Amino acid sequence: MDETNGKSPVSACAFTPGERSLPPEVEEELKRKVAAAEHPREMAVDVMYALQNHYGYFSDTALTHACDILGMTHVELEELATFYDYIYREPVGKYVIHVCDGVVCYLRHDDAFFRALCETLGVGLGETTADRLFTILPTACIGDCHKAPSMLINGVFYGPVTPEMVPGIIADLRKRAEEDIEVMCR
Amino acid sequence: MEKVLFRNRRPDRPATLTEYRQSGGYEGLAKALAHMTPKDVAEAVRASGLRGRGGAGFPAGRKWESIDPARKGPRYILPNTDEMEPGTFKDRILVNADPHLVIEGIILAAYAIGAERGIFFIRPSYEMDAQLLEKELQNAREAGFLGKNILGSDFSFELSVHRSAGRYICGEASAQINAIQGRRPNPRKGVRSTDRGLWDRPTVVNNVETLSCVPDIIRRGPEWFRTLAATPEGDGNKLYCVSGMVASPDCFELPMGAPLREIIFEHAGGMLDGREFKACLPGGTSTAFMPASLLDTPMDFDNMKKAGQRLGTGSIIVFDHKTCLVRATINIINFFVRESCGWCTPCREGLPMIRDLLLRIENGEGKEEHIARLREMTAMMRHAYCAFAPGAAAPVEGLLAHFEDELREHIRQKACPFGLGKPRCGDWEARQFAY
Ligand SMILES: Cc1cc2nc3c(=O)[nH]c(=O)nc-3n(C[C@H](O)[C@H](O)[C@H](O)COP(=O)(O)O)c2cc1C
Ligand code: SF4
Ligand code: FES
Repeated sequence: MDETNGKSPVSACAFTPGERSLPPEVEEELKRKVAAAEHPREMAVDVMYALQNHYGYFSDTALTHACDILGMTHVELEELATFYDYIYREPVGKYVIHVCDGVVCYLRHDDAFFRALCETLGVGLGETTADRLFTILPTACIGDCHKAPSMLINGVFYGPVTPEMVPGIIADLRKRAEEDIEVMCR
Repeated sequence: MEKVLFRNRRPDRPATLTEYRQSGGYEGLAKALAHMTPKDVAEAVRASGLRGRGGAGFPAGRKWESIDPARKGPRYILPNTDEMEPGTFKDRILVNADPHLVIEGIILAAYAIGAERGIFFIRPSYEMDAQLLEKELQNAREAGFLGKNILGSDFSFELSVHRSAGRYICGEASAQINAIQGRRPNPRKGVRSTDRGLWDRPTVVNNVETLSCVPDIIRRGPEWFRTLAATPEGDGNKLYCVSGMVASPDCFELPMGAPLREIIFEHAGGMLDGREFKACLPGGTSTAFMPASLLDTPMDFDNMKKAGQRLGTGSIIVFDHKTCLVRATINIINFFVRESCGWCTPCREGLPMIRDLLLRIENGEGKEEHIARLREMTAMMRHAYCAFAPGAAAPVEGLLAHFEDELREHIRQKACPFGLGKPRCGDWEARQFAY
């Protein structure tokens, strides 16, 4: 947190639990949606996404709220949260870089692309940068194989990418980081 | 050749409702609601010979007709848009080319089976598709194609988007039903979805490409559809994805049964410069490696089966002579190890063992007996709870059937003959690799 060059943390995602509570109107809105569903449980993933976006990741606090809103137990929701790869039970950066490690992308970059990302950001796979802006997650095929190698950053496809393009892409996102307030952590 | 599914595909944007209607869109629906009973629609689809494009090739009409017409209460249609198998991207391109073609197909299927609700299951990386579909669903609703009393008939139907949070197994029909119900998405066995599916109600799960064939079958008749295929065994047109070491990877609409060679060397522009064809996976990563000697096989369900292969999703991944197939297979097995839902032992424990054997061979620690052990382990995958594990075993079986020499060369040289070092960053095990 304190490594953001003196700037205050900007992102909705760069958040430490306890700093923010769930505004009653957000909670009410989610409860209304659950009540309007044909079956409350079919809203489980939607509610998890909403709370994840609010807290920056699916924190213990988020889990507790989700149980309350959905009328489901901790165990029922925890087994979903830990199953899905786009629900983050640990803090992630504002930009989650889902890098495809499917076989088509593998054929086209032979790991060089992963290395470029890790070197540019100074972290390993699965880790988050100290300024909490970036997390690199190797991910199963993202369905962009004709543009391999490909990656997905907060819902946007980047492909085909080369190792040489990595520093530019990262610099761009860094520049935009203060404007992008509304971020989906996926 | 006449394009049907991609007739409105543009390089830059999806076709609009108006453009779709100008190409005959929603005429099939109007015709069905005015002149056909639900039974007629299902019969037309059966007569067309349309088979499921999600991988298994099950006849669509037969699936629909297996719903008990006397059963009261809600029924569901689930257009399967999950598509997470490496090499597969046809459904995304289809939805983005002509969203209303997909939507009309679903409405017709719903009419045929008497469903009152449909749920698009969309994976997180297709969030932009989810938003596009939500917008186009609203347009369809405003035009009277969705909602209460569609086109003035007494048929009502609602279609919505369900956002998934990832994992390949959610594409499996019964796992998808669990996922929508907010349960852990393990597959289920022992009950038929058409009997007890979503919320224990009759449910049809169909791939979106399958459903997108329906509007024109209804509009132009089953006989017309039968004339499209390149082979007598084939049905209609097919979307073939081609990716890997080819010059122009893309998704192509071609007659079902087009020869593999033509798809790769004419449509996808052949191999990249300086690369020679070595093998391909013909239908996604849960099919077996196919050597060059089988390149003339027609790509339809029956002819592929005759050649000892599987059409799967028709998503062709091409490998060249400079690629180590052992290393590529390790990548594929890694995917399956990670995506296994963990429910049953053969898959949860067996796949990591297969990966371990392949890693030893790749690292130069392989022994002759490992090849026999690999055969034994892949055969074991038959005993798993769902089709995931046999699918995972398929590329390894192909490796053993056609590229045993390459495996043996690794063992003989005590190293990868392609000069690859030990697996590094980018392979899942090495995620802690410090940089
Ligand atoms: C592990 C696994 C993953 C699957 N993934 C998909 C998928 O992403 N999309 C799909 O349409 N079918 C998928 N299927 C096949 C479905 O179970 C089902 O057969 C299909 O959706 C039925 O539609 P169809 O008859 O139109 O092909 C998968 C099957 C398995 C075993
Ligand atoms: S075969 Fe694999 S994916 Fe299927 S039920 Fe067993 S563990 Fe789950
Ligand atoms: S394998 Fe990378 S996008 Fe499909």
